[in-house]
Amino acid sequence: MTTPAALRSRAEALAAPLPPLMAEAEQLARTMLLGAHGRRQSGMGDEFWQYRTAQAGDEAKTIDWRRSGRSDAHYVREKEWQGAQSVMMWVDRSASMRFASDKTLPQKARRAANLSLALAILLMKGGERVALASLGTPPRIGSLQLTRIAEGLLDPDEADYARPEIKGLLPHSRAVFISDFMGDLAAIEHEMAKAADRGVKGALMQVLDPLEEAFPFTGRTVFESLGGSLRHETLRAGDLRQRYLERLAERRDHLSRLARAGGWQFTTHHTDTPAQSALLWLFEALQGGR
Amino acid sequence: MVVFGLLGFTAPWLLLGLLGLPLLWVVLRAVPPAPLRRRFPGVVLLLGLTDRDSESDRTPWWLLLLRMLAIGALIIGFAGPILNPQPRTGGSGPLLVLLDGTWADAPDWEARMSRVDAALDEADLDGRVVAVALTTDLPAGGPQFLAPSDWRLRLAGLAPAAFEPSREEVDDWVAALSGAFDTFWLSDGVAREARAPLLAALGARGTVRVFETGRRLSALRPARVSEGRLEVPVVRLRAGEAQSVTVLAKGPDPAGIERDLAAGEVTFEVGSAEALLQLELPAELRNRITRFEVQGARSAAAVTLADDSLKRREVGLVTAREGREGLELLSQYHYLRAAFEGTADLVEGPLEDVVAAHPDVLVLADIAQLSGAERDEITDWVSAGGTLLRFAGAQLAASDVSRDSEDSLMPVRLRAGGRSVGGAMSWGEPKQLAPFASASPFFGLPVPVDVSINAQVLAQPDPDLPQRTIAALSDGTPLVTRKALGEGQVVLFHVTASAEWSSLPLSGLFVQMLERLTVTSASGTPDAAVFEGRMFTPDQVLDAQGRLRDAGAMAAVAGEDLLAGASRAVPPGLYAGLERRVAMNVFDAERSLGAADWPASVPVEGLQARVERSLMPPLLLLALALMACDALASLALTGRLRGLRALVAILGIMILVPSAPLHAQDSAAADAFALEATQDVVFAHVITGDARVDEVALAGMRGLGVTLYQRTSVEPAEAMSVDLETDELSFFPMLYWPISTAQPLPSPAAYAKLNRYLRGGGMIVFDTRDGGIAGLAGTSPEALKLREIAAPLDIPALETIPQDHVLTRAFYLLQRFPGRFDSLDVWVEAAPAGATQVEGMPFRNLNDNVTPVVIGGNDWAGAWAMTAAGLPLLPVGRGYAGEQQRELAARFGVNLVMYVLTGNYKSDQVHVPALLQRIGQ
Repeated sequence: MTTPAALRSRAEALAAPLPPLMAEAEQLARTMLLGAHGRRQSGMGDEFWQYRTAQAGDEAKTIDWRRSGRSDAHYVREKEWQGAQSVMMWVDRSASMRFASDKTLPQKARRAANLSLALAILLMKGGERVALASLGTPPRIGSLQLTRIAEGLLDPDEADYARPEIKGLLPHSRAVFISDFMGDLAAIEHEMAKAADRGVKGALMQVLDPLEEAFPFTGRTVFESLGGSLRHETLRAGDLRQRYLERLAERRDHLSRLARAGGWQFTTHHTDTPAQSALLWLFEALQGGR
Repeated sequence: MVVFGLLGFTAPWLLLGLLGLPLLWVVLRAVPPAPLRRRFPGVVLLLGLTDRDSESDRTPWWLLLLRMLAIGALIIGFAGPILNPQPRTGGSGPLLVLLDGTWADAPDWEARMSRVDAALDEADLDGRVVAVALTTDLPAGGPQFLAPSDWRLRLAGLAPAAFEPSREEVDDWVAALSGAFDTFWLSDGVAREARAPLLAALGARGTVRVFETGRRLSALRPARVSEGRLEVPVVRLRAGEAQSVTVLAKGPDPAGIERDLAAGEVTFEVGSAEALLQLELPAELRNRITRFEVQGARSAAAVTLADDSLKRREVGLVTAREGREGLELLSQYHYLRAAFEGTADLVEGPLEDVVAAHPDVLVLADIAQLSGAERDEITDWVSAGGTLLRFAGAQLAASDVSRDSEDSLMPVRLRAGGRSVGGAMSWGEPKQLAPFASASPFFGLPVPVDVSINAQVLAQPDPDLPQRTIAALSDGTPLVTRKALGEGQVVLFHVTASAEWSSLPLSGLFVQMLERLTVTSASGTPDAAVFEGRMFTPDQVLDAQGRLRDAGAMAAVAGEDLLAGASRAVPPGLYAGLERRVAMNVFDAERSLGAADWPASVPVEGLQARVERSLMPPLLLLALALMACDALASLALTGRLRGLRALVAILGIMILVPSAPLHAQDSAAADAFALEATQDVVFAHVITGDARVDEVALAGMRGLGVTLYQRTSVEPAEAMSVDLETDELSFFPMLYWPISTAQPLPSPAAYAKLNRYLRGGGMIVFDTRDGGIAGLAGTSPEALKLREIAAPLDIPALETIPQDHVLTRAFYLLQRFPGRFDSLDVWVEAAPAGATQVEGMPFRNLNDNVTPVVIGGNDWAGAWAMTAAGLPLLPVGRGYAGEQQRELAARFGVNLVMYVLTGNYKSDQVHVPALLQRIGQ
């Protein structure tokens, strides 16, 4: 039976990690100084873009008389187009992301959530609309949407490895996939093909723990996935290292090719490196794609 | 026990467990080391990868071997393996456990007793009756066979003797034996006469087993003097390889404390059983030696007592008055020197010098008159045991000494002039010596016929004269007279010491007479004549371990018995006779130390070097070590052991378990303490050890903190308790120290720390909590304790808080400083003498120095104390007045903290008006 008090305590427990996540993300976002980003072409916006000579068809009220008064021609003051873009983020929240090899390192999921939320904050500050794919809501702007995204990021996925599932992707919008991409690559491929069909461009960010790159194991070992659904037993883990690393590189190569084909960008981020650079990369990737 | 060759097993059935090893091999082989489970997201990339070789899913053979060895060692270890097992021979019937019980047993008496104990145990198991006997203390009426348990109680009462059994005693005892019994003989290993008949008699009664230890034994023969050097012959039991022993010469030092006066190392040559220690010592040192002993050998034979025979007499010759030059051969001293040469050390010089040297004998050759001081000096010296030897001469004959009344330093009265016989101007023949009377000390000396006396001084015929005459001429005239004076004696030769008056000094008799008189016997052992017909009382006796004991009331022994050697009746020791002390040693000059020789028919155990030795501990240790190796190897195999670091860590844990974690904990605790104390302003109190006082003090600090937090910008962290011995003090601006009589005085290190704290600007608030009833100079227990505690502290001169002290205005304006008590007796550092009050200023100019101590008895902490909920812990006063007092106490606390934290800032503030005025101008 759910009493209001029990509901509230559960809700508070659930919400407890939210402020830190928001705070971290805010802090991360604050490291990047930026204003509203212009589109480098004239259009609707607040910022001055250029003066051009008035042409037929221009309304008289668009003529900038102060500028025109300094010369014989009439000038029209154009402003930079500041269009809102919508960005769809898919963040892997599966069990495999909840892994950290060391107590000093954040979990991959945490880092991914940090990055995506910070990116959302940045984008919203730039006037863009952001949505989290797992929520299924359309891209919006505002602190309510931000809170919603944060909640969605904290909502764990029970599956061992995630399959991206993106609905309501707007044409010509942007998309960000943040995952360790340990799951089925075919699903990724499928989603990217879908996105490419709609002219969506974006970025793939692979978040990996340093342990996953190093594979420093030896001896008789049973490897288990974090959800426990997969296991592999070996007698000499050290022998597997080379082949594991080959497979990892192969997968990364595949993702990279996939991204290039769709005009996307791909990078690998490790949890032991600073989040700022990853955020910068993400932000640049979203801008550069335009 | 089952014996295989050199190895025996106490629990051989356990060895069957070894049969299980092959089975274990198969089982262990099939079980590979357990895998390590790892959570790893990348497992998806591993799926389908196979191991290149699948060999190691079986336990590797070397690990198996390791485990097999460990288990084998365990099984064999628990089977009780014993190297060189001693066979236990059973038997029935009575058993006689015979010990020699001589000095040779003494060094390892405890070991022998435990062997006897073991023999008793064995007999107990076999159900035999046992008798224990010592050959030095043979039980009268034959051995007494009792249950072993009865004998076990009596073992502690058995002790070895310093002498050896005599042949007669053994013969008597053997003759009284009856019945059949077996014998277990713990021999001391020394050959002696009494052994063979005893062995024969015991062999006739039953089987004889002999136990002997092959240990080394050395003995000292009596020390002797040869050519001015001390010689101590040392003998040993078995002439084997080279061996060296250290011989110590012991005796009292000038203060009478026994010390090692000299030590010498003597080496036995290979195959030689005798060695000689030679020592060259100054006479004084040599005379002090009372005994020699072999270092570390606890045996009576390893001690030889030194008696008078070692001593070189010191003879003082008074020569200063020999003013005239004379021919050497006419000098009296020439003959005396020649007589004493080699047997005594001569001290020559003026009388006072010679007497100061405390010689044994003082010789006055033809010296008649002595001054009063000299006479007293000599009298004292003689009374203390000296021998004054006087010789007549022309001066004595011409003087009036001892003429009318007997001089105290002359044995007899003398007639004037003396007499001269057989000269050219006199009648008669030169006189011969009469044979010595039996009472004379010269008794027994041969009287040479060619000694003639031409002149002498004559004794007055007094009643004492016959007793005092110890040598006379053939006509009965006394030649040498003697009288006792105190403990010493005065002897007068009625002739000169030169050949002027007689030919006595030319004869050998003169030397012998002097020897007898001075009891000098540096020539070695005294001859038998000294002992004959005399009784000697034991002074000190040796026990078997070679320690000297007071003889107590032991009966005197005849001199002849002393010559016969040590026995039950005459135990070794020091014997005092009339004139001399005689040492009775275990070993005389002839005796050698031979090893007991047993016939082949008698089994001798214990002689062989093979000692029974249990192999169980080393085997179990080996098993443990192997298991530790196995654990490491297993870890290595499963990959849990990564690199050298883990190995070192494990080894470190194994080795440093007691110390390392403690140390780490220690420094970690100190770090935590430092962090806690420095995160904010923290007030602390000193732990007194009185739980209640500490609790109130901590609550007081907490309450003070709360008050400060509420009223001021000082926001202290949680108060702390400080242990003076272990904690660092420098973190605290102020220490509150309630005085408790239960507190032990701090250690010197803690005092050093406290002084450093005070000099470094710290402040200690001492609170005697007695309401200042007795004042600082008072006699309340706390005040006394405070004085005791504060004595080593570096505290300046104090005064009660003056009315213009900064404490009165550091935050609140106060004139009283109450706690739970309200006494004005609060002391701080005295203001400097030069402090003057500026005209128009309410305060003196006192802005120097913060007092390092505040001493009072108002129990401030009690007034400040708050519970965790912020309520007062203790009542203060009554009603509203009490609350008022608590408020004032809190204000004092605030002032105190402000004073501590801001120093003389408030003192400066008072000058602000003046400063402003000056700037304005």
